[in-house]
Amino acid sequence: MKKCTLIFALICAVLLASCAASNAAEEAGKILRWGGDSEGGFPYMFPDPKDPKKLIGFEVDIVDALAAEMKRTPVYVNNAWDNLIPGLDRNLYDIAINGLEVTPEHEEQINFSIPYYKTYLQLAVRRKDNSIKNLDDLKGKVVGTLKESYAQQVLEEVGDIEIRTYIVEANTYEDLANGRLDAAFFDQPIALYSAGFNPEIKFVGPPVGELKYAIALRKEDKELLAEVNRALIALRDSGKLREIYDRWNLWTPVMAAEFNDFDPPVAEPERYNEWAETHRPVLTLQKRIERYMDVMPLFAKGALVTMEVSILAMAIAIGLGLLLAVARVFAPSWLAFIATLYVEIVRGTPVLIQLFFIFYGLPSVGIKLSPFWAGAIGLGLNYAAYEAEIYRAGLFAIPHTQWEAALALGMTRWQAMREVILPQAVRVVIPPITNDFISLLKDSSLVSIITMVDLTKVYGQVSATYYDYFGPGIIVAIIYLLLGLPFVRFAHHTEKRLAQVEKDGKRGHRENTYRSSTRYI
Amino acid sequence: MNIANKPLIIIENLCKSYEDAEVLKNISFTIREGDLASIIGPSGCGKSTFLRCINCLELMDSGSVTVAGVTVSRRPGEKPGDALMQKVHELRTEVGMVFQSYNLFPNKNLLQNIMLAPMVVKQMSKEQAEELALQMLEKVGLKGLALKYPSTLSGGQSQRAAIARALAMNPRVMLYDEPTSALDPELVGEVLQVMKDLDSEGMTQIIVTHEMKFAKDASDYIIFMDNGEIVEYEDGDILFANPKNDRTRAFLRHFVNSGVTC
Repeated sequence: MKKCTLIFALICAVLLASCAASNAAEEAGKILRWGGDSEGGFPYMFPDPKDPKKLIGFEVDIVDALAAEMKRTPVYVNNAWDNLIPGLDRNLYDIAINGLEVTPEHEEQINFSIPYYKTYLQLAVRRKDNSIKNLDDLKGKVVGTLKESYAQQVLEEVGDIEIRTYIVEANTYEDLANGRLDAAFFDQPIALYSAGFNPEIKFVGPPVGELKYAIALRKEDKELLAEVNRALIALRDSGKLREIYDRWNLWTPVMAAEFNDFDPPVAEPERYNEWAETHRPVLTLQKRIERYMDVMPLFAKGALVTMEVSILAMAIAIGLGLLLAVARVFAPSWLAFIATLYVEIVRGTPVLIQLFFIFYGLPSVGIKLSPFWAGAIGLGLNYAAYEAEIYRAGLFAIPHTQWEAALALGMTRWQAMREVILPQAVRVVIPPITNDFISLLKDSSLVSIITMVDLTKVYGQVSATYYDYFGPGIIVAIIYLLLGLPFVRFAHHTEKRLAQVEKDGKRGHRENTYRSSTRYI
Repeated sequence: MNIANKPLIIIENLCKSYEDAEVLKNISFTIREGDLASIIGPSGCGKSTFLRCINCLELMDSGSVTVAGVTVSRRPGEKPGDALMQKVHELRTEVGMVFQSYNLFPNKNLLQNIMLAPMVVKQMSKEQAEELALQMLEKVGLKGLALKYPSTLSGGQSQRAAIARALAMNPRVMLYDEPTSALDPELVGEVLQVMKDLDSEGMTQIIVTHEMKFAKDASDYIIFMDNGEIVEYEDGDILFANPKNDRTRAFLRHFVNSGVTC
């Protein structure tokens, strides 16, 4: 326990220090805020297997070199890959770099620097399979590729191929090795880092297609674009880019042609070798467990974030839900109508859309929320609609004979509500509200899409780092279960107590069926 | 009926409808202090509604009810405003009511059930309320069950507790809406005994009941209602022996035939 606290304190200290550092840099006005996805994948950018708090990758090296060239301090901002371009518009960062392809669609929204890397698609098959030599041989075969990628388009154009799309590259090559797929078709760097060291898989065929990666900037930042381009050219001409590519083993004939540089390598492919070394051997159980223990502090931190967001969201939901329920039941009809409308709209739309809207949509009307508050408020507003309905049901669950008894004793409506109805209604609503909190705890995993590093996000990061979705998956599931467990038990306990109250209540519940219980409320 | 006593409840031109059904048709009636009146009549004749109109649990459509000098009156079509509801509230503090289904608060024990209203409505201190509650429980013979919850009680005990709860507010009148209908036959007696005791202390009581024997023996008079009207009222022995009205006769014959009555 003490150790945990210590580690947590250390993490806090590191975070504070880094905040302070970035503030200082901001004051100096010489920072380069860059956006990327820590789960962007190898070899682009990924957490260092040896030290998961550290981000590495050839693109990280490029940014460092670029920033040095521009005489700025790089400040990293994490964002989901899908949202990297919207994040630019939200001003979360000034440049985005993470394997962003130069496509006409992208160019409509943002400006691209000159490409820093050019690559192609690479076909991979099982080593023993000699039937596939190029794309045309794929007809009638089962081929895996990245979902909604350029590679998928190319496969569709070939036609007559059974395409399986994946979100996690590693799974594709695993399925290829164990025979579920006949071939895998990916961007060359991904293919190399997924299977280049796998003795069961070989690469076949010529380079297919053309992919250019460039740095994305806001349309209006023309000056910065020019500065970035100048720096990139300087890095290319000085051979610094070449050196990075050599070290990552990413220098290919295509790049040689692109940079018009046919010299022999200037550096050892040390980063690639490190990667291959970590991933080639099958890990022993003990090694795995050691590794899991190493990342436990990360999981703990993620669990803390999950808990914080959930509790704050629930507090919002319980408060606002009560207001909504009271408005629906007691308020003048126009106010009741607004409350009803709110409940119906919120319950009728996906919470994911609501979160996106709050985080990415509201800034366009001047409301900018931090990811934490956007997540807590988004989930809170959503759950408030459900809590309101629970309260309403709770109020109506108390037999009208209880109102009559209270009024007949001389209580006012408000006294009857406060002293007789609410205490009973609270008992009725505690179990369903507790159950709702348990689902909220799980739904809070959605905040990972608005750049928050919660438990789910940590799972993604750790798994992408170690190429292992199994062990961390079990760990993260256990953590979610443990977080929810006290609330499950509390709900059971209150349900049992409620059963007693209900048994009593039923006896007062006959006669006068024509009198609606709403009359008193 | 003691003619010498002054009127305590004065009901004038009381009308009440539910949608199209006219439940009470222009009823006027006076009940004197210390009376024990039983209301009988066929199902749906309006006797429960009449009782519930006396403490305005059902607000009359028009007419007036006066209890111990507090008058609630309403003109036809008048919207019940704050002033009227204030009167309703005042009137209710003079009237205790007991329901067929007891309506005890299930989340409170007997002591708390009785203490609640004096503390909330009369701002009585906790100590005073507790002392009062114990007195009331003793009065209905339940002192030993003070800390029991309603779910653990028999029907007779529950109904006696409900009476104690109403008495704690020191009402001038007690209303009973079929207080023994939900009870097993062997438990009816203990509840009726409490009401007889209260009568001997001079409490004014009005009881809607199907207990013909109790109505006949214990009441000062019986009110027979049918079709939203008071058809006749008379001393029990006289009414049973010699009903004046055909409708009363028909109703009582039904009881004689089914062997319920005396």
